[in-house]
Amino acid sequence: MKTPTFMLITIAWRNLWRNHRRSLIMLTAIAIGLWGMIWMTALMRGMVDQMIDSAINTLSGHVQIHAEGFLDDPSIERTLPPVRDNPALQSLLDSARVTHWSERIRVPAVIRSERDVLGVTLVGIDPQQESGLSFIADSVTEGEYLAGVDDRHVLVGRKLLERLETKSGRRIVLMSQDPDNNIAERGFRIGGVFDTDLQVTETSYVFAGIETVRAMLKMGDGVSEISLLGPDYRNLDALAADVRAAAGKADTKTWLELDPYMATMLGVMDGVILIWFSIIFVALSFGLVNTLLMAVFERTREIGLLQALGMPPANILIMVLVESLIMLLIGLLAGNLLSWLTILPIQDGIDISGVAAGLEWAGMSSTLLPAVKSSDVLLANAIVLVLGIAASLFPAWRASRKVPVEAITRIWQ
Amino acid sequence: MNNPAVICHKVDKTFQQGELAVHALSGVDLEIASGGFVCLSGPSGSGKTTLLNMIGGLDRPSGGEITVADLRIDRMRMSELAELRLHHIGFVFQAYNLIPVLNARENVEFVMQLQGVAAAKRHALAMDILEEVGLKGMEERRPGELSGGQQQRVAVARAIVSKPALILADEPTANLDSATAEKLMQQMRDLNTHIGTTFVISTHDKLVMSYAKRLIKLHDGKIVDDIAQQ
Repeated sequence: MKTPTFMLITIAWRNLWRNHRRSLIMLTAIAIGLWGMIWMTALMRGMVDQMIDSAINTLSGHVQIHAEGFLDDPSIERTLPPVRDNPALQSLLDSARVTHWSERIRVPAVIRSERDVLGVTLVGIDPQQESGLSFIADSVTEGEYLAGVDDRHVLVGRKLLERLETKSGRRIVLMSQDPDNNIAERGFRIGGVFDTDLQVTETSYVFAGIETVRAMLKMGDGVSEISLLGPDYRNLDALAADVRAAAGKADTKTWLELDPYMATMLGVMDGVILIWFSIIFVALSFGLVNTLLMAVFERTREIGLLQALGMPPANILIMVLVESLIMLLIGLLAGNLLSWLTILPIQDGIDISGVAAGLEWAGMSSTLLPAVKSSDVLLANAIVLVLGIAASLFPAWRASRKVPVEAITRIWQ
Repeated sequence: MNNPAVICHKVDKTFQQGELAVHALSGVDLEIASGGFVCLSGPSGSGKTTLLNMIGGLDRPSGGEITVADLRIDRMRMSELAELRLHHIGFVFQAYNLIPVLNARENVEFVMQLQGVAAAKRHALAMDILEEVGLKGMEERRPGELSGGQQQRVAVARAIVSKPALILADEPTANLDSATAEKLMQQMRDLNTHIGTTFVISTHDKLVMSYAKRLIKLHDGKIVDDIAQQ
């Protein structure tokens, strides 16, 4: 027998609105459930994305190459030959698979102002190459970004400037060790001040032109690290393998290997999101099953009538499922709309400075930007829809298995 | 000669009420010829309803055999019984006859829709039959907007519109005024005479009984009288 689809949809739709209040309560529950899934996930994703961006932008890039042992002992002796001496690596870094790359020199140093002395990491950069790779170029809020590899100014963080009790344009002295273990020091003028969301970044790094740093440290053309960005921070295995092969004995690591804490956090966040989805869905499914069971129970006589008139059990099952599907689809539409309406006003971020200060070490900034990913939205919708239908199977099956006479008995008598 | 429309052979039905076994039907033997117009009468609890349920495939006998349209329905699955009811049996219940979310026309079209009748044809048939039962102009009203009698006429219209071979009706005139009841019985009798539809009607109404070609009286689950009428 051909299934009278239009008729089933018509009956299911009209049945849905027979008990307005109950249907509206269920629709509200579905909408709020979906909203909870999307909204909370957007905030959690936003937090994770910020932590990842922070981890990647704070000099690590997607992949880094160091001399063997540098990560354990970042001393000036452990250097790599420049990229131009490795044609295979040069070719790979200049290919379309790498969006940005740069060489750096990193050494521990001491910075001294007229007022104070503090330990920092001195980083020699190529300002042009660094632009787009790390946060530096976009974070200078006072003074000027470095003009070139031999710029004689330095960039310092706002917080460091405050601790040193000095100002942009004033002189400071940087002191480190040269390759012969002699003290290397040099006076610089503060050319620019950078601001970041993380105080620790502002107090830890001082940037100068790479050639200026080489001259100060009396070192050759070696580099401490090569950092690069690929097109996608999640799919780096192939690129990292090729970089590793081209870099030879050097120590090549992805940002996740460089930051195992972040790798763990990513796994934990995915788990938390799944648990969150599950909790919401379980609560939702109880409501859905209860609503449909009530609807089926109330319509015992009617279902018996439908069966008496010749509607096959399969069509009764489909009718209840269609009712559930319509309710789910309307609820999902409302939930998506609600999510959009509530995320729109906070797309520029939520001020969480009250709690973020304590989590700065984890890369959280004071402004939480929600990150709505289409895959998360689709997953939330799919979970509610597919599992919602699955949860409706029981009431639908109950309806289809009713013995007509049990319902009809009430009709005859 | 046509095969009988209904054959019941030693049909028993026992309901268990706690530890008590209630014999609703006891060894009922009955043969209803195709084209028959049969009334079941008897006091409440005599087994009229149970017998109608059995013949309509709405319930299964505890023992015995039931054949409808040459098919042993006591052995059929639920889906097969639904198929049989859809194509061979029309029902008129005493109350709660209509699907509340469908209007009068849609209720009448319902069975035809399940049967796969084209929309235009079933629409035309539904409008015609509703006019015949005196509900012209009320086609778009839902059951809640119709009186009990009007609802009953819609149910009768639905039962007869697709011209099933067998119509089972329980007190079809219970909620009708005498003029409408008379008209309805006349329509049923016309259908019986001209198309050969078999009717099995449970009733207390003398008017209905007067239309019957055969009157079967039940008492305590047994047939106690079987009278042929003119």
